[in-house]
Amino acid sequence: MIDYIWGLLQIDYIWGLLPALFSGLVGTLKIFFITLLLSLPLGILVAAGRVSKIKPLVSVLHLYIWIMRGTPLLLQIVFIFFGLPHVGITIERFLAILIAFVLNYAAYFAEIFRGGIESIDQGQYDAAKVLGFNSVQTFMRIILPQVVKIVFPSVANEIITLVKDTALVYIVGYGELLRAGRIATNRDASLVPLVVVAVFYLAITWILTKIFERIEKKFAYYQ
Amino acid sequence: MVLQVKGLCKSFNGKEVLQNVSFSLKTGEILAIIGRSGSGKTTILRCINNLVRCDRGTIIVDGMVLCKEDEQDGKVVYAKSAEMLQIRKKLGMVFQSFNLFPHMSVLENIIEAPINVFGVSRQEAIELAEKLLEMLDLQDKVSAYPFELSGGQKQRVAIARACALNPLIMCLDEPTSALDPELREGIALTIEKLAAKGMGVLLITHDMVFAKRVAQRVIFMENGQIMAQGSKEEFFNQITNERIKKFMAE
Ligand SMILES: Nc1ncnc2c1ncn2[C@@H]1O[C@H](COP(=O)(O)OP(=O)(O)OP(=O)(O)O)[C@@H](O)[C@H]1O
Ligand SMILES: [Mg+2]
Repeated sequence: MIDYIWGLLQIDYIWGLLPALFSGLVGTLKIFFITLLLSLPLGILVAAGRVSKIKPLVSVLHLYIWIMRGTPLLLQIVFIFFGLPHVGITIERFLAILIAFVLNYAAYFAEIFRGGIESIDQGQYDAAKVLGFNSVQTFMRIILPQVVKIVFPSVANEIITLVKDTALVYIVGYGELLRAGRIATNRDASLVPLVVVAVFYLAITWILTKIFERIEKKFAYYQ
Repeated sequence: MVLQVKGLCKSFNGKEVLQNVSFSLKTGEILAIIGRSGSGKTTILRCINNLVRCDRGTIIVDGMVLCKEDEQDGKVVYAKSAEMLQIRKKLGMVFQSFNLFPHMSVLENIIEAPINVFGVSRQEAIELAEKLLEMLDLQDKVSAYPFELSGGQKQRVAIARACALNPLIMCLDEPTSALDPELREGIALTIEKLAAKGMGVLLITHDMVFAKRVAQRVIFMENGQIMAQGSKEEFFNQITNERIKKFMAE
């Protein structure tokens, strides 16, 4: 036990690990930010399509959401990276990862936004209509701003989950934080790298939580 | 006539909610539609504001055809969207639950449509909004949010929002339902002000005392039909219809 604690305090050793872990962190953050940037708007669009009156669109989106939420993300990554080449579609590793993450997260976000949209009172649509707003203006100016506030806590939760889900890409051997930690652990037969990796994840989620708290305060200007 | 409604019919799931409703409204006139719950009053306003499509009938707003029956196949045809927008500008609607936009301040609620739909300059929209808020005694609520307002204040904001497009017709659904009795006189005065500015006011109410106080003409609805209509004096002084008598006595 004492040896183990001593091991934790091996500052020099940890210092030596950092370059590899930081380059892993870059990989993690790349997946995280790009997924977020693409899947949020896509999720909103899908949600808007889901509540539209265009029947075929609604069915197609329903199917898409069902598949994305009904199968593991890990399977989706494997399918796109290892499966599609069998039918002649080869996608570069990072792009394959992004496609899987964006499609998967957009589906989750879409369901969250759909719930938000459906919670808005019909009276808001009526008021917008009699004032002459067309449906795009109504959505962008009246409905979406209210929905964003309502769904924010759920979206924030999902974003925290995304941070941790990035570790799933170990399956295709993409260099990210967890992989960097595992390589060091195997090489040095030490648990320390994995503990440092855990601290990295905790730091990211802590920063995000703080940012979310601020945004939530910003939304408090109305009830 | 600033508003003409002819032969309006509407069914929901096979249930006839409006049956051959015809009436008209003059400039500056205050017309009250009364009748018990479920008699179709709100549905009339929703048809006029094109929130609900009617099954049959003609609606003409200030000479513009909102909808009419096609001469050949009898189907109702509605105005095209550009025309519809012009018609909307002539109509103001104050909902029973006000339906203010909760994420916008009082001022934003009022200027949003003039600026973004009708291309009024921001400056001009704000000036008009401030004038309206002053007329409605809300000048100190310009930057308040709807959740910070009382029911009566919300209602006046809803009126200001509906007035911001200078409509010719103002529709109010149950304007007294959310108000304490003391506030009724206030809304009565506001409605009179609107009419004095030249608006035709179409108001729905359960409240006979209020109808008597403010209306110039009264329509009595029952089961989707107009049972009686007339000037206030005619209507209240010589009620012969047993059903109306019973309704009044309730
Ligand atoms: N969108 C709708 N779908 C189905 N039925 C409807 C719809 N809107 C109204 N109705 C029905 O139409 C009838 C008339 O409703 P309406 O709201 O016009 O009555 P009202 O006279 O305004 O009543 P109240 O005084 O209670 O507001 C009611 O039976 C109602 O259930
Ligand atoms: Mg009603």
